[in-house]
Amino acid sequence: MTFAATAGFLPFRRRSAIPGLRLTLAVTALYLLLIVVVPLAALLIRASSLGLMGIAGIAMQPRVAAALRVSFGVSLLAAFLSALVGAPIAWALARYRFPARRLFDAAIDLPFALPTAVAAIALSTVYAPNGWFGAPLAALGVKVAFTRLGILVAMIFVGFPFVVRTLQPVIAELETELEEASMTLGASRLATLRRVIAPPLIPAVLTGMALAFARGVGEYGSVIFIAGNLIGVTEIAPLLIVEKLEEFDYAGATAIAAIMLTISFVMLLAINRLQAYARTRLGDV
Amino acid sequence: MSDAPLQKGRAIATRDPGALRFALIALTLAFLGLFLVAPLAVVATEVFREGLGAYLAAIADPAARSAILLTLTIAAIAVPINAAFGMCAAWAIAKFKFPGKSALITLIDLPFSVSPVVSGLVFVLVFGAQGLLGPWLAARHIQIIFAIPGMALATMFVTSPFVARELIPVMQQLGNADEEAALSLGASGWAAFRTVTLPNIRWALLAGVLLCNARAMGEFGAVSVVSGHIRGLTNTIPLQVEILYNEYNIGAAFALASLLALLALVTLGLKSALEWRVRAALSEQRG
Repeated sequence: MTFAATAGFLPFRRRSAIPGLRLTLAVTALYLLLIVVVPLAALLIRASSLGLMGIAGIAMQPRVAAALRVSFGVSLLAAFLSALVGAPIAWALARYRFPARRLFDAAIDLPFALPTAVAAIALSTVYAPNGWFGAPLAALGVKVAFTRLGILVAMIFVGFPFVVRTLQPVIAELETELEEASMTLGASRLATLRRVIAPPLIPAVLTGMALAFARGVGEYGSVIFIAGNLIGVTEIAPLLIVEKLEEFDYAGATAIAAIMLTISFVMLLAINRLQAYARTRLGDV
Repeated sequence: MSDAPLQKGRAIATRDPGALRFALIALTLAFLGLFLVAPLAVVATEVFREGLGAYLAAIADPAARSAILLTLTIAAIAVPINAAFGMCAAWAIAKFKFPGKSALITLIDLPFSVSPVVSGLVFVLVFGAQGLLGPWLAARHIQIIFAIPGMALATMFVTSPFVARELIPVMQQLGNADEEAALSLGASGWAAFRTVTLPNIRWALLAGVLLCNARAMGEFGAVSVVSGHIRGLTNTIPLQVEILYNEYNIGAAFALASLLALLALVTLGLKSALEWRVRAALSEQRG
């Protein structure tokens, strides 16, 4: 790979002295094509052979519709609750000093690192009717395992780190001068929190929520053990895909996957838009 | 010294009321302590409940041993390939400007927002008996789905973003100056990468490889869909954990799960240490 070889490959404004663009870009593109693009295209081809009406027909089957409703409904609620607990935690970790703060900070990534199968059997043991949390909750009449509440718990477990991790760096880079100005202008600390600090954090909270939501919708491993998988009640969409595959109902599996993938794309687009909006509105954060 | 009152004013201006601080710290400690740590603690207690003998027996079980071996095999295939891919992608993205770059970055990130089950399904639709290439493969007696190649492919799909994501921001921050200096001194591109870039990015690369490996060994949904669950043949550790748990062999399930939990803890600890080193190295470079 020489300097000359790099030139003329793509329209450059300025030639780079660094070699290797053609090689590395070719390898990157080829690998993504084989591993990501072609497999996803196979799904889209399969889905398009069903047609929009075919997909809608499958989505309207009671069992499929119920699974989609559970997946999207519970993960939306989980994303909301993740933001509710995640935002204060991000603030505390970014702004306050307290014992073992770094340890707790590192622990936030635990749900990212812990394999879902491990999280799954651990959560179902903890929230089982005879488990550490399940027993006291059962005494209060709250059933977690094998209910939608169990799905919610698992989805918050895998989702709330997204809120903390998107919010934390934004809080750390907030300009404290604004808070100082707010105080000198006579605002109380609470008024400053509400009217100066919160507004620039909202795009990050929404991004974190969108990521948590996307993860929750697709989540399979950590949910299926605690959910109990009652058809129409606690059966989630990814599990139904697996069931359809085991029955060799490829059309059904493809249709559900296509619906989920479409929602993921929309979420991804929304996240990008949100971040672009945040950048133009609030400067480069 | 004259800064002292100013510093004090700053501290007051950015300090929250004591009650709020207390409440938020209490929430953080309680939520993380109970919600996050309890599942981890339950793995430890379930393991110790049955004693060391049962633990070792569960891990030495032939099905468990073959699951461990298969997990290691798949990670040994997927992780180096994705490390090489990540370095290529980061080099192209961090060192050059080209049209379609942000689309490429989105494409690299895409597997993160695809459900694990869908990630497995797409490979079934390509290589499965009813898939696009199914008849062609069947005629040649090549088995991809319900066999190691399919599981490796699904794992590669799921873990492909990790190394690239870790490297791209670091290489962007480092800039091109060091490599340009090496090249102007007559180094070849490869030599510049090996002797200049690689030492600069080694900690970030290691962090990316660790995360990639943790996910490769722990992946459940994608691998589950393409594996076919053939015991002793196509069960990885997470899949074997599921089988044991569903058979109410709870002790053995937790014994195997403890291996993965340990992997997660070690990965987390090393990643935290490495990220600290990456930050230190970057500020040194800039300083």
